[in-house]
Amino acid sequence: MKMPGKPYPHLDLAAIRARLASSRGRTYWRSLEELAESDGFQEMLEREFPRQAAEWPDDPAGRRQFLKVMGASLALAGLSACTRQPTETIMPYVRQPEAVIPGKPLFFATAVPHTAIAMGVLVESHLGRPTKVEGNPEHPASLGATDTLAQASVLDLYDPDRSQTLTYLGDIRPWSGFLGAAREALALQVPKAGAGLRFLTGATTSPTLADQFRTVLQKFPAAKWHRYEPIGRHATLTGARQAFGQPVHTYYQLANADVILSLDADFLGSGPAGVRYAADFASRRRVRGSQTAMNRLYVVESAATPTGAKADHRLPLRASDIEAFAAAVAAGVGAKGVDTSAGAAMTGGPHAKWIAALVKDLQQHPGASVVMPGIHQSPAVHVLAQAINIALGNVGKTVIHTDSLDPNPVDDFDSLHELVSDMEAGKVDMLVIVGGNPVYNAPVDFAFAQRMSKVKLRIHMGLYADETSEFCQWHIPEAHFLETWSDARGFDGTATIMQPLIMPLYFGRSVHELLAAFGDTPNQTPYEIVKGYWNRQHPGPDFEDWWRKAVHDGIVPNTALPARQVTFKGSAAAPAKATQAQGFEIVFRPDPHIFDGRFANNGWLQELPKPMTTLTWDNAAIISPRTAERLNLQNEDLVELEYRERKVRAPIWIQPGQPDDSVTVHLGFGRTRAGRVGNGVGFNAYLLRTSGAPFFDSGLEIVKLGSKFPLAMTQNQHLMEGRAIAISGNIEEYRTNPAFAKERAEEPPKELTLYPGFKYDGYAWGMAIDQTACVGCNACMIACQAENNISVVGKEQVLMRRAMHWIRVDSYYQGSLDNPEVLFQPLPCMQCENAPCELVCPVQATNHSSEGLNDMVYNRCVGTRYCSNNCPYKVRRFNFFLYADWNTPTLKMQRNPDVSVRSRGVMEKCTYCVQRINEAKIDAEKEGRSVRDGEIQTACQQVCPAQAIVFGDINDPSSRVSKLKAEKLNYSLLADLNTRPRTTYLAALRNPNPEIENS
Amino acid sequence: MSQIFHPSTNTFSRVSIFGGLFIIAFLVWAWAELNESTYATRAKVPVQQPVPFSHEHHVGGLGIDCRYCHTSVENSSFANIPPTKTCMNCHSQIWNRAPMLEPVRDSFRTDTSIRWIRVHDLPDYVYFNHSIHVAKGVGCTTCHGQVNRMPLMWQENSLQMSWCLDCHRHPERFVRPKSEVFSVNWQPPPNQLEMGRELVKEYKIQSLTSCSTCHR
Amino acid sequence: MAEDPRNPVTVPPGRPTLIAPGHTFGSVTDKISSIVLTRRTPLFWFVPFLIASGLLMVFLAAVAYLLVRGVGIWGIKVPVMWGWAITNFVWWIGIGHAGTLISAILLLLRQSWRNSINRFAEAMTLFAVACAGMFPLLHLGRPWLFYWFFPYPNSMNIQPQFRSPLIWDVFAVSTYATVSALFWFVGLIPDLATLRDRARNRWARATYGILAMGWRGAASHWQKYETASLLLAGLATPLVLSVHTVVSFDFTIAIVPGWHSTIFPPYFVAGAIYSGFAMVLVLAIPLRAMYGLEDLITMRHLDNMAKVMLATGEIVAYSYVFEAFIAWYSGNPFEMFAMWNRMTGPYAPTYWLLIFCNLVFPQLLWWKKIRTNIVWLFVMSLDVLLGMWLERYVIIVVSLSRDYVPSAWGYYWPTIWDVATYVGTIGLFFFLFFLFIRSMPMISIFEVRTLLPQAEVTEGVEK
Repeated sequence: MKMPGKPYPHLDLAAIRARLASSRGRTYWRSLEELAESDGFQEMLEREFPRQAAEWPDDPAGRRQFLKVMGASLALAGLSACTRQPTETIMPYVRQPEAVIPGKPLFFATAVPHTAIAMGVLVESHLGRPTKVEGNPEHPASLGATDTLAQASVLDLYDPDRSQTLTYLGDIRPWSGFLGAAREALALQVPKAGAGLRFLTGATTSPTLADQFRTVLQKFPAAKWHRYEPIGRHATLTGARQAFGQPVHTYYQLANADVILSLDADFLGSGPAGVRYAADFASRRRVRGSQTAMNRLYVVESAATPTGAKADHRLPLRASDIEAFAAAVAAGVGAKGVDTSAGAAMTGGPHAKWIAALVKDLQQHPGASVVMPGIHQSPAVHVLAQAINIALGNVGKTVIHTDSLDPNPVDDFDSLHELVSDMEAGKVDMLVIVGGNPVYNAPVDFAFAQRMSKVKLRIHMGLYADETSEFCQWHIPEAHFLETWSDARGFDGTATIMQPLIMPLYFGRSVHELLAAFGDTPNQTPYEIVKGYWNRQHPGPDFEDWWRKAVHDGIVPNTALPARQVTFKGSAAAPAKATQAQGFEIVFRPDPHIFDGRFANNGWLQELPKPMTTLTWDNAAIISPRTAERLNLQNEDLVELEYRERKVRAPIWIQPGQPDDSVTVHLGFGRTRAGRVGNGVGFNAYLLRTSGAPFFDSGLEIVKLGSKFPLAMTQNQHLMEGRAIAISGNIEEYRTNPAFAKERAEEPPKELTLYPGFKYDGYAWGMAIDQTACVGCNACMIACQAENNISVVGKEQVLMRRAMHWIRVDSYYQGSLDNPEVLFQPLPCMQCENAPCELVCPVQATNHSSEGLNDMVYNRCVGTRYCSNNCPYKVRRFNFFLYADWNTPTLKMQRNPDVSVRSRGVMEKCTYCVQRINEAKIDAEKEGRSVRDGEIQTACQQVCPAQAIVFGDINDPSSRVSKLKAEKLNYSLLADLNTRPRTTYLAALRNPNPEIENS
Repeated sequence: MSQIFHPSTNTFSRVSIFGGLFIIAFLVWAWAELNESTYATRAKVPVQQPVPFSHEHHVGGLGIDCRYCHTSVENSSFANIPPTKTCMNCHSQIWNRAPMLEPVRDSFRTDTSIRWIRVHDLPDYVYFNHSIHVAKGVGCTTCHGQVNRMPLMWQENSLQMSWCLDCHRHPERFVRPKSEVFSVNWQPPPNQLEMGRELVKEYKIQSLTSCSTCHR
Repeated sequence: MAEDPRNPVTVPPGRPTLIAPGHTFGSVTDKISSIVLTRRTPLFWFVPFLIASGLLMVFLAAVAYLLVRGVGIWGIKVPVMWGWAITNFVWWIGIGHAGTLISAILLLLRQSWRNSINRFAEAMTLFAVACAGMFPLLHLGRPWLFYWFFPYPNSMNIQPQFRSPLIWDVFAVSTYATVSALFWFVGLIPDLATLRDRARNRWARATYGILAMGWRGAASHWQKYETASLLLAGLATPLVLSVHTVVSFDFTIAIVPGWHSTIFPPYFVAGAIYSGFAMVLVLAIPLRAMYGLEDLITMRHLDNMAKVMLATGEIVAYSYVFEAFIAWYSGNPFEMFAMWNRMTGPYAPTYWLLIFCNLVFPQLLWWKKIRTNIVWLFVMSLDVLLGMWLERYVIIVVSLSRDYVPSAWGYYWPTIWDVATYVGTIGLFFFLFFLFIRSMPMISIFEVRTLLPQAEVTEGVEK
């Protein structure tokens, strides 16, 4: 990694950005290290996260840091002896905006456009600084919850590694300079109607953008608008085309489904509708008192995913076998118009019973079942799934067809291939790449970079000066979606007008401005463009009010796409080929957190443990235990993956539940120009990915290299050792004995103590966590991180088991090694009433509040760490080093002003978001009432798509949390220690199919 | 054998023993004093501001209500420092030539904030909320002193934790009728204690001493 | 002085005397004081002293780096938040027990054989406690706030939390340190006076003079001295038991399986004396060889100390067996697992090595041949020191590494800085100790003289 720094080339720029170029220290050298690869502008940014903290002793700048920190700690020592505050200044507004009340946050509605599909959110803003994203309860894709990517988007906004200057061949240019150059180039295009002009965007659903493209393409009829998403809806679209002859968009209403079959679809908590699906799914699994009805989930999948973990029946199959499986089911339910011959292999195979039972179950629930194909599966599987749903009469009930969300519904790979061949043929004079990073993530057989070099004028707009901009003359910094006006559609078509929360931090431009430059009206602001478009859609005198309401609500009224009747044309696809497995199967998946690599520079996402593996800061070649035994491979063994004469090196991770002879690799790693966080993290699986087999293929060879590569896991032990930790049972068990969990937990009676218990009059805060609902998406961890200013510590520290997340989602395995039953258990601080941590603290840094919170006073803590030793749940986190970033200005802007930023040597932990509790209590007191149930939501509760976490006042018998705690399923973790946790759990329930269970 | 020390050294040694004790005692005392001192707490020290704004004149003399400038004191944690606009409301008319006010006009003209020096500066790990104190009958002057007698603003009290706890443990000693919260000349009546006790009941004042009340 | 010269030392026949024949008051005084007063420092002093100084430098470096970066430089992590630091703390404190035990308890028990070893044993105690004291301080996340451990009037209106064993530690250890220091110094006074009178160099004279506090050996002085030392002995005796009891509370109060046990106090005290005597032997054996003190520290002394080791060793062994039994007998799955984990878990080798060092190997001490064999004794003592360190390591690290919630299990390995800090304190210990034997009489002159046969007939103290 380390290479000697070249002299700093752009000192004048440093001056320009003086306000940004404050902190240097150890990072200075690190940035020079980047310099060796990059064109030198990122060096103006400060150091981001202290993830290299553990490295610096062998860092050339070590000595410097040494002195710096020594100074700091001495200063601290001085302060502590006699506390005298440094002088601070207050800078009030000159003209204070009316809405702003200093000290009170404002919330603005907008949307997170993930792969262009909107999830409505409300963004918290403190004096103009967006600090936290919450779900928009009005929005169908959110219902008030969000996912990991939405939570992490705030950090992207403030990322000091984002590109900050418009450049031409590496030199700074003004926007006007670019406009000039563009116009010249366009002038040449006018005579040939833009035949040499190409646009390449990612997926888009923005009505405004579509409209802008329309005008541009009218102006240049011969120009082409290409589209490429590495993880696009390619199969869905092709499948729809084959099935219905048109790009029909399909979504599902799981709230009405009794039986769900997932064909390699990881639909819970991930994907554009994942949050909504998780909510609907969980809503049918809330077993309360005598209400014991549950939906049933069958999952057939080619990798271990949270969706599979929630399944009542899970069948690990190689990706290539799933088509045959689908065919077998189609045959079983008597689907019309599809070739189901491939299914024979399955119906004759070992899973025959399984399939038979499944088919029976599906047929017993016509119109109330769903068969969901995964976006990573072949188009044929999508066709079969459509056919099955039609045969089961689900269409219109649980399966909804609408027009395409995408105004330009072309297939990603065909479209990109067309562009590539045009470039090869020299037909392209001017290429405008918006947002994407094809040089990094285009199929390797396209040799995109090399072919792009044949284009005369190459323009790239993106959040980062990334791998692609390196090959373009022009680079235009793109405005983050929180910085500009735009619009997008949700999974059901509902449009949202996205409003900016802050002026572009780094002078980014929005894609709308860029397109305007190609139209007749350059220099239009995004606001004018977006508002103009909607004005045309909604002319009339009341537009202003309509506009204000639409922007305010975050929803454009009745824009949801209407359900459509479409006729099934039958599959034009060739019958599924019987897979002849030579070598291993390789399965490409987007990373659960950094997705296709676009979030690689986001420290929160990099450090967020991935579902199932709990791996952080890396990707791995994931294989099944049996395969590992056969190849005699261990975890962290370094291997060479060889596939079609291409090779990459990857560490091995053995994942129970992974299908045999199949290797899953996550895309998005091995970036070279992501930024200081993302560079050189993991290996680049795109180097194996071809347009022929974008998601899976056989013919992979694994060569053991004999060396090891350390992988940073946050959990090493997934077996409960027969202890009653995460308790689970079947619905039948519950029906016969509802209190089975309590009995296993051995809860001692409250009277069982010599001392009189503390009397909690007033509020008594408590939490109940429904393990049946939790889908293990880890959104709570990152929401907590955003709310409570939790530091990122870096791979080395995670390896030392020093990750700082206040709430963690433990996963436990039971049953067979090859296809275990997986349990998720979110674990925040238990807020014990008899807290073991409290009585061992020598300085009273952790005390019990009158409302039963286990308070943690950071500024009183001296760091004996005794409390952590004595915490049976190990939910306390310690600042072993100075983890928090005290230098980077932009990162300071992200912080929640209501929570202290912790310093070195102090313990920290969850306190049920006490800042939110106090805020609500104060408001209630001022209005002379008591806090209403549901008025306070902890960050983890608010983000949870499945509403698995409920917080409230347990002194109020009518509160939701009291009701849950009254449930028979409710039990305390390690109850027999008599710590009396305020956080309790509802045992996890499953609803297995008796026919499969007994066979 | 010869004497090594002169007999007088005995006295010396005795004295030194006691002297040592006194020196240690003195150091401890001095250290404690320093922590309480106005040097450490900054209490009672008038603060020079870019504009010599006089509460004495505006509050005492003109009788302007606290809330005219400190707008959010009743509904936010932060009482708010008035925007330049607030100053200009009057000073665009009166004293609009006064050189003393040049920084204000300059701020208004150039749209740049005036950099006031913070007078009441709690540590960053302390979360104080003005609105709830005001709402529960804690008067401005209880903490800020009689600002109407302050030509230049100074911090009246030590703002040390012990000082906070005095009131949080015995609110009845300091609470006043809500009507009097903003009156700068209000003095506790002789029967403060029983009046306080009644107000505590009436206003449902809790004596909150949990750590998380102020520290998060 | 332990013995009133008027009651003669009764040496049972057949038992080796406590002092080799042929010694007179003068010869004893010469022998011991010459070690200090000799002009040129012998080479065999310099070599170990330089090594110790080197290690001390390592210690200083480690501490400096620790203060700058934070405790993260050590191997500690969730769940093992205490590692070597606390292990070393308990180990050093344990070693610190022998000195006071020898000087105080054996004094009250009228064990005259203590006279020739108590002085340097006490010194050892002081230095061991000094080393021990470093760790609770250094292991803090924010060491500069250590004073929050003491109750003092402050602007925050908070006091330390007296329910926490760590606060008890502060008082227990500081009291112990103070009393041992006093005891040691009072015992030194008459000998300092002797040195003062014999020193030729006037600076030495002045220094010893000041320290001797005008001691003239007058009857009144002796009378006061007697009372003082008896009083201090009385004070120190309960401390010997209390300190390590309190230290053991750090663990027993906690709910960690493997810590939460009522047998810790006696078992820790026994272990402490065990390791303490081991350290005394480790020091005594080379010393008597280096300075030819075989006459004064005779085989019988070594034999007696070996016996004490054997006795305490058996108590410790019993505790181990009983600990395991209780874990099984309690029926508590967590306790059982903790014990099983010690024996078979990832740290099993450590446990079995500990069992060998503390339980198996020392059984050889039953044989007089071994007890009276210098080499064997020395090896044995080192073995016990190692064993007692391992015991603390096993209790702290192994118990923490796998406690209640399996998802939080994790394994601790020391970093280079853990090692440096530990080795550093050993350097500090020997640095101080060698300074001591060069500048102070390492054996109590006047108390040894009372062991002479002449002491039975002579009146008072020879001038």
